[in-house]
Amino acid sequence: MKLLNEFNIKFLSKSENESFSRIVITAFVSQFSPTVEDIADIKTAVSEAVTNCVVHAYKNSTGYIQLSAKYYDNGKLRIIVKDKGCGIPDIEKARKPLYTTDAENERSGMGFPIMESFTDKLRIISQLNKGTTVVMEKNIGCKPSI
Amino acid sequence: MPVTIKKENGIITVAISGDIDHHVAKEIRTQIDLEIDKSPLQCLEMDMSKCDFMDSSGLGLIMGRLRKCSQYKSDFKLINPAPKTMHILRMAGVDKLIKIENTDVTSGKE
Repeated sequence: MKLLNEFNIKFLSKSENESFSRIVITAFVSQFSPTVEDIADIKTAVSEAVTNCVVHAYKNSTGYIQLSAKYYDNGKLRIIVKDKGCGIPDIEKARKPLYTTDAENERSGMGFPIMESFTDKLRIISQLNKGTTVVMEKNIGCKPSI
Repeated sequence: MPVTIKKENGIITVAISGDIDHHVAKEIRTQIDLEIDKSPLQCLEMDMSKCDFMDSSGLGLIMGRLRKCSQYKSDFKLINPAPKTMHILRMAGVDKLIKIENTDVTSGKE
């Protein structure tokens, strides 16, 4: 498969950047004639991943979040959200619906389940005190317009 | 803040416009809870007609207000949630716990 386009950005883990990340991914994906449904899914999945960095990875600090995406000629979109925060002690637990370590702030525990449900593939790589990388893949239904 | 709160005969109607994410959820929660705690509450209605986007932070907001309403033994109603919002509610099983009302949002619009 051939790479058609790619972006890679870095921004601070401020909650204002949650909407910023949604705008960026929407603008990037829009080039490939996605359906409205695809855009909604991708926006939601990215919002969840970036919010996790803000809320959990850099809980008591501020750090950089790296958001990148690649789009291939077979219609595959690969999104990577990376942080250098605290890491996830138990990924299996974190992936479980309604599991949260932050119930007092009304976190619903549905972040990873939503990423999983709204994309075709979700991979989480994490190391304690080193950071977490979330890789999501989604096939966008329409043919690329470029 | 993209929130308007109306209070009438013990019914609080909160209309949310725009996105509900982690960044805005806290402020929306504070505003709603301030009204709920002020005087007796019969029903809390969250009008989602103009909410374009919601993620799990919005789900947390809804679950939290539902909990709050049950403490006050009052009703909770969600009005016109978007299909994606319904998807998220169903994933968490919250759709079975709350009243959902779909009014015809297209009528009345020009």
